Amino acid sequence: MIPPSFTYARATSVDEALALAAEHGEDAKYLAGGQSLLPLMKLRFAAPAVLIDLGHVTELSYVRDEGTYVAIGALTRHHDVATSELLLADVPLLARTAEAVGDPQIRHRGTIGGSVAHADAAADLPATLLALDATFVVKGPSGTRSVPAAEFFKGIFETALEPGELLTEIQVPKPAKPAAWSFQKFNKRAIDFAMVGVAVQGTSVALINMGSTPLRAAAVESALASGASIADAAQLAAEGTNAGSDIHASKAYREHLARVLVRRALEEASARA
Amino acid sequence: MDRYPEGEHKVKVELTVNGKDITADVEDRTLLVHFLRDVADLTATNIGCETTSCGACTVLLDGDSVKSCTVLAAQADGRSVTTIEGLASDAGEMHPVQQAFHEQHGLQCGYCTPGMVMAIVSLLRENPSPTEAEVRQGLEGNICRCTGYHNIVKAALAAAEASQ
Amino acid sequence: MSILGTRVIRTEDPRLLTSGGVYVDDLREPDLAGAVRATFVRSTAAHALITGIDTSAALEAPGVVAVLTAADMADLPAPPPPEPLPDDAPPPEGPNPMGGVWQEPLLAVDRVRYVGEPVAIVLTDGTYSGEDVAELVSVDYEPLPAVPSIEAALADESLLFPDAGTNVCVKGGRPIGDDSIFDGCEVIVEGDVVNQRVAALPMEGRATAAVFKDGKLTVWTSSQNAQLARLILTAIGLPPDAIRVVAPDVGGGFGAKIGVDREQIIVAWAAKHTGRPVRWAETRNENLMAMTQGRAQLHHIKLGGDREGHIKAYRLDVVQDSGAYSRMGGFLPMLTNLMAPGVYDIPAVEANYTAVVTNGTPIAAYRGAGRPEAAATIERVVDWYAAEAGVDPALVRRLNFIQKEQFPFVTKTGAPYDTGDYEAALDKVLAAAGYNELRVEQRRRIDAGETRLLGIGLASYVEITAADGAAGETAKVEVHDDGTATVYTGSSAHGQGHHTAYAMIVTEELGIPMDKVEVIHGDTDLIPDGVGTYASRSLQLGGSAVHTAAIEVKEEAAKKAAELFEAAESDVVLDTETGTWHIAGDPDKSLSWSQVAAAAEAGLIVANVRFTADRPTFPFGTQLSLVEVDVETGKVTLLRHVTADDAGPVLNPLLFEGQRHGGIAQGAAQALVEEILYDADGNPLTATLMDYGAITAAELPSFELLTSETPTTVNPLGVKGIGEAGTIGATPAVHNAVIDAVSHLGVRHIDMPMTPERVWTAIQKASTR
Repeated sequence: MIPPSFTYARATSVDEALALAAEHGEDAKYLAGGQSLLPLMKLRFAAPAVLIDLGHVTELSYVRDEGTYVAIGALTRHHDVATSELLLADVPLLARTAEAVGDPQIRHRGTIGGSVAHADAAADLPATLLALDATFVVKGPSGTRSVPAAEFFKGIFETALEPGELLTEIQVPKPAKPAAWSFQKFNKRAIDFAMVGVAVQGTSVALINMGSTPLRAAAVESALASGASIADAAQLAAEGTNAGSDIHASKAYREHLARVLVRRALEEASARA
Repeated sequence: MDRYPEGEHKVKVELTVNGKDITADVEDRTLLVHFLRDVADLTATNIGCETTSCGACTVLLDGDSVKSCTVLAAQADGRSVTTIEGLASDAGEMHPVQQAFHEQHGLQCGYCTPGMVMAIVSLLRENPSPTEAEVRQGLEGNICRCTGYHNIVKAALAAAEASQ
Repeated sequence: MSILGTRVIRTEDPRLLTSGGVYVDDLREPDLAGAVRATFVRSTAAHALITGIDTSAALEAPGVVAVLTAADMADLPAPPPPEPLPDDAPPPEGPNPMGGVWQEPLLAVDRVRYVGEPVAIVLTDGTYSGEDVAELVSVDYEPLPAVPSIEAALADESLLFPDAGTNVCVKGGRPIGDDSIFDGCEVIVEGDVVNQRVAALPMEGRATAAVFKDGKLTVWTSSQNAQLARLILTAIGLPPDAIRVVAPDVGGGFGAKIGVDREQIIVAWAAKHTGRPVRWAETRNENLMAMTQGRAQLHHIKLGGDREGHIKAYRLDVVQDSGAYSRMGGFLPMLTNLMAPGVYDIPAVEANYTAVVTNGTPIAAYRGAGRPEAAATIERVVDWYAAEAGVDPALVRRLNFIQKEQFPFVTKTGAPYDTGDYEAALDKVLAAAGYNELRVEQRRRIDAGETRLLGIGLASYVEITAADGAAGETAKVEVHDDGTATVYTGSSAHGQGHHTAYAMIVTEELGIPMDKVEVIHGDTDLIPDGVGTYASRSLQLGGSAVHTAAIEVKEEAAKKAAELFEAAESDVVLDTETGTWHIAGDPDKSLSWSQVAAAAEAGLIVANVRFTADRPTFPFGTQLSLVEVDVETGKVTLLRHVTADDAGPVLNPLLFEGQRHGGIAQGAAQALVEEILYDADGNPLTATLMDYGAITAAELPSFELLTSETPTTVNPLGVKGIGEAGTIGATPAVHNAVIDAVSHLGVRHIDMPMTPERVWTAIQKASTR
């Protein structure tokens, strides 16, 4: 229940955050909304010596129209992503996905950047951002770089972020209209993480919790591109995946769910187009 | 800045709770819920789990519902917190949600109630006329073992109507 | 105008809603100032010998006050040996822990038997340092082969209690005969039904604060009965009159907070041992590993009947998983056996039980305590039989009900049912649900090839409440010379609203308004004699005690009023509308309660009553669950839940409905989402609320509650208990509904909980007939 002791440090700007991270090195972790990190610390599965609170880095909370893409500050709360007029109009898949994260209280605190950097394989946003071919802007001691979503997620809780680097912005290309999109999250209870989930945007299909990272359903996308029907393409949903077995679902059942949910997502997306 | 006394894992936290300013030096790791219960001496907000699952600790932080067990007191520095103890008017008149809980028998043992009430206050601020389904969905993060939620949902809908 | 039967909103609420309840960890008692915080060190092994405990690092930690193990408790009196029984005596059936070779220690001595078992207690000055210091205590374990299941226990290869020679701790019921009771049955159903282990999961976990001062121990504890808690606490070597127990506001109990648990005895002992006040509140993780859990029975069943739907014979063979320590002997499965045939008049019934120990959390009472298991299985098997026979499940029930004219009725298992009208409850529910229309829509969806199918599940149930009616309940009612009244009750509310209900009874009998009636419970200094709240006993026993005491007060007051009026007692009348005393036919002369009480000795009119019942009561009902099953994924959505739960006359419909709602939710949760799981080594897999599926508002519909009031003759109020009935009916209703949705595919049974994967797997395995 009680986290192990740590030193609290506060940043009020991106530069200050980077400086504090450089100062404390691997003893430090960034604290965004805290809805993933603090529970881990309370169970004593994580014990950073220093927490750098980003809660006052207000410059990273925004949803901006940049013409061909929408720029979202990494510290934008899920609630604000879910209710953004701009996203609801131009990238409804992302707004819908943010709405599905956790519960209302968690959405008032958790941030899109925090969720992406945490990289839980069962999380909703990473898969959607993968389907949207988002780009992550990362700032570090050696400057700024952009990482495509396809290269960002490396493993469970493992990303392309180097020590000390800070995710500052998520850039989401605006999908063509009329937008064919769908978000399917399958769970036993509304509050549970996805047992399996699917995010579809146009011809991009991404899977939640079918491996150690979010995955594009490449075999499905190929089949669709070759003119296969939705029903036939969806049968390939589990190809190239590596779903786990746990108390919530077996691997075989997850693979079955992937097939069903991909089919339903493609049907729903198609009806929207 | 003098906010972080060196080497003692302590931090100075200043926040407003139910309209009252409270300042204290606390351990860095102090959770907001413990700050409220032990420093501000407001024990109505309860703790029901340690995995951010049950919602018993829900309070308003700058008007938004949050699970106070998953917020550091230090993160709330400079902000304003409202607990159930701060809902009734100064004259002692219950807030519409409190009143609705009373009239609809929305509580039994009362342990989940402060968090449940604050979650509904926030829900109604964002959605003043919710459907039953929206209320139920909006309470996915609050667990009750006594009521079966039936009267809690009724109370939320009654409070919404009373506030129109 | 009677107040009884009206919807009175609770007197408990304003405080709970504004300043909040005061639960143990909220207390600001002066005697607890400077208290140390207790944190337990718990076993990480399911079954192991303890070969060493190293407290040296912990003792050097900052803020540490003490680190105590079983070795420090050597001066405690040994637990009394169990009463010796003659060889042919039936096994003990009261809810008492089995001692002797099965004895449960306080802190583990040389062996641990479940993950989470307390091994040491750490006392620190600060709350936050407790877990830091507990982590520094190092325990060496030599693992023993785990016994993680009933099957492993029955194999008797690895014994939890070597001195017992077996893992079977008690057997009971009637011996199972040969199969001749099934001769001539045209349709036979045989198989296993699992009633899975679930967590009690009150929102407030266990919490206790204790101080030992001037030879007296005061313990504040989250309990369903302070008086029993006090008795149990004598284990630390103090007589009852040196112990005061207070149950403040209690955040739910559901049977798991009856008395006190071993951690709480240890906390009280630690206060005495160190001379410092001690406070303890468990985390949810500890709660899900070490608070007693419920159900955990395996049923071997066989039922036989004819093709028209008449049941001829039923056999129920129960194996009870007791967990690591037998807290209740054979009590729970004994009740399961007792209630085995449910609402049916079955010509031949056989029921017996075996209880085993396993390397899991100890099992004890949980909302229904032995009766839900009986109803869940007979109702499941009746549907199973109906499907095999091809007869509508509502008709099968109707054909086999004990008829209204047959009451009072003693079942083949010896249960003395008082009153009931099972068919009327069924009819009400079927009508309100629109049963025939639902069957039509169900059929339409199947014929149209839809993938979201309807399931309709029935459960007609009966249950036993106040099984310990002979223990009764106490009430003291006082009327003071200021015209107010105080009720001291042995009942111990933890959400039930007794303060409102009992005040209503006093208002009804004495005409003193509700806002002038105070109800007090849960303090052994004020109420040394009381039994407590569990077994759905409070209104029928505690309420009857208040009722009886109020009448005695009225009779005493009448005598006093007669004296004051200088009239005959038979001419004195109490107007309960205005709460004033008069002489019949002379409305001008009146006395207030205040005046009458002032004239009494010490300005007080008081009556002290223990009400006992010579028999239990048997509430009953029918519940119908309507579900939608997505056959492509197995996901179940609860659409409607319609019930008629009959516990006699309803004193306060608001409170009555609230108990049903809460019960239904817990019952549905067992059918759908809840299960405590262990791996093959006995490690808990569902020890946080992320993993244990507690049901939320998002999974449940609003409930449709119908009225049915069939009084009992057992007590003056005519009431039975409603606290557990909702749970008992809901589990099989939901269970049956899900299976009903896919029975056309050949599915006959699926074990609970009906997770999507379980349902989908059953669909895959079934073949159409």
